[in-house]
Amino acid sequence: MSKLIIETKNISKFFHDPMTMQVLKDINMNVTQGEFVSVIGRSGCGKSTLLYILSTMDTDYDGELFIDGVSMKKRKESELALIRNEKIGFVFQFHYLLNEFNVLKNVMLPGLKLGKYSNKEVEARAYEKLKILGIENEALKMPNQLSGGQKQRVAIARSLINDPLIIMGDEPTGNLDKKNGDIVFNIFQELSSVYNQALLIVTHDNEFASKTNRIIEMEDGKII
Amino acid sequence: MKFSLLLSISKSLLLARWSQTLVAAIGVTFSIAMFITLLSFMTGLNDLLDGLILNRTPHVRLYNEIQASKVQPIDYYAKYKNHYNFVSSVKPKNERLEIYNNAAIINTLKKDSRVLGIAPKITAQVFYNVGAIDLTGVINGIDVEAENKLFFFSNYVTAGNYIDLKNTPNSIILGKGAAEKMLTNIGDVIQVTTTKGERMQLKVVGYFQSGLQDLDKVQSYASIKTTQKLLGESNSYITDIQVKLNDINIAPATAIEYKNLFNVESIDIKTANSQFETGSFVRSLISYAVGITLLIVAGFGIYNILNMMIYDKMDSIAILKATGFSGRDVNIIFIVIALSIGIFGGTLGLIFGFGFSALIDQIPFNTASLPTIKTYPINYNPKFYIIGAVFSLITTYMAGYFPSRKASKIDPVIIIRGK
Ligand SMILES: Nc1ncnc2c1ncn2[C@@H]1O[C@H](COP(=O)(O)OP(=O)(O)OP(=O)(O)O)[C@@H](O)[C@H]1O
Ligand SMILES: [Mg+2]
Repeated sequence: MSKLIIETKNISKFFHDPMTMQVLKDINMNVTQGEFVSVIGRSGCGKSTLLYILSTMDTDYDGELFIDGVSMKKRKESELALIRNEKIGFVFQFHYLLNEFNVLKNVMLPGLKLGKYSNKEVEARAYEKLKILGIENEALKMPNQLSGGQKQRVAIARSLINDPLIIMGDEPTGNLDKKNGDIVFNIFQELSSVYNQALLIVTHDNEFASKTNRIIEMEDGKII
Repeated sequence: MKFSLLLSISKSLLLARWSQTLVAAIGVTFSIAMFITLLSFMTGLNDLLDGLILNRTPHVRLYNEIQASKVQPIDYYAKYKNHYNFVSSVKPKNERLEIYNNAAIINTLKKDSRVLGIAPKITAQVFYNVGAIDLTGVINGIDVEAENKLFFFSNYVTAGNYIDLKNTPNSIILGKGAAEKMLTNIGDVIQVTTTKGERMQLKVVGYFQSGLQDLDKVQSYASIKTTQKLLGESNSYITDIQVKLNDINIAPATAIEYKNLFNVESIDIKTANSQFETGSFVRSLISYAVGITLLIVAGFGIYNILNMMIYDKMDSIAILKATGFSGRDVNIIFIVIALSIGIFGGTLGLIFGFGFSALIDQIPFNTASLPTIKTYPINYNPKFYIIGAVFSLITTYMAGYFPSRKASKIDPVIIIRGK
């Protein structure tokens, strides 16, 4: 059996504003190395909420989260930032690139932050990732000079820069047309099969989900 | 390496909004420049006004005063020791203004390490005879060289050469106002009468202009020798000993010490001119208050711009955090932005401040009462530049502190969810 990358134990989440309501109820799930998992479910069932907890950005929950076998309970904000930097790549529905930097620098930033490689090496790695995504020719453009699909591919390249244990995506194709959505999906597929990259992708697209290794379906804050 | 990354992020954020940041920096530049200019000018003016009095006033002056004795014979009488004695119409006895034994006093003072220099002086009441009219006047008999060394005498001699007073026998340097009244020219001979009726012819070798017009109408200068001759006194006659100390602050204590030691009257510069110090102090206080107010206003400018910047960089901050930058990193990024505005604006401010000061220094400023001053006075004290620099850093840091903290506390989930 391959290594568990993400494992949760009875994760529950409450929102208290405007009234107390439980959004996640005793979530127990895991993702193993190299697995391509999709999360589906009706709007408002708690998919995004779960993903934010799994990505360590949301720390206000009950239950326990293990990333790479290590509990995330009672960690300092700076430790969590380091874990996100090193082990998790995140792709959002809206591409979220920094408009002040060109494509290359956008991809490089998390790598520079990690500081594992020299600036030159990080740059070479960034080109490598851009090549995987087929946009190495756009490297020196500014984000606002790219199409939506290209931006999303830059965001994926950025999520790959530190060779994370897992890539998480919250509807990464949600904002793209069919053609671009397919391109992005095929990239995920390739990362999974060729590079053995673990992926956890929230989607509304059942066709997309059906092509993944495993589907986690949620309803009213529970996994069914 | 990591810090340089944060620095480069700061730089990019800053340059992306360069026109706004420029406005903020100009605010700092303006306030620092004003601060420097204001203080340099105000202090220059203060120094000038103080110099008007302080340069020319001895730190301690020893003299004799004609006054009625404080102790009357009846006070010595044992029988009335415990009574109140009322003596009316007490008159001073015919005492001389001379400081007795002044040679010994001067010798003692010369050995005192606190003393910078000594200039003996005689004040003589005279009448200037102008035709049938007598004008009252005062002749100061001075040791020309000592007077020049300690009290910059030559600065105030506006016509003629001050040293002629020493070299030409029976010469006088007239106050400008007195000379105008008497319609004399340099080289003319005037006649003066002492209070005892002695007359003497004196040759005018120069004019003196102190800046205080009332003084110039009355005062004139002659050498000690000439004055002694005029008064018919011996060559040991001296009425004042002017002492300049190394440290003006010990003047009051020293004055009291000398008074008791030499058994003469004494007055120190601080007691005699306390109003000047108050004036200078208030002027400096006002300049600092205005300067610091300007800086604080500039600080609010920076605060505003950073707040705006953080508001519109919310997405970027969220993304930085989501990709592994910690709150502390974000904090540093914005503090660096604030400080760069401060350093850039502040440095320009110091340069402009110096420029403005130098400009003011060139503006002609001619006034009859200040013969030595040709342009507006400026004090180029580095202290102002240091205060300006430090203060610009402190205000920009403070202005950056709260917005940066706010930025570091931004929750990426809220921003990302908000879209
Ligand atoms: N900050 C919040 N305060 C209160 N309730 C919230 C908050 N954020 C989300 N919720 C609620 O939590 C529930 C789950 O939201 P979540 O965003 O996880 O849904 P989702 O499954 O991602 O939906 P969608 O598919 O539309 O993105 C929803 O009912 C939502 O109203
Ligand atoms: Mg969602």
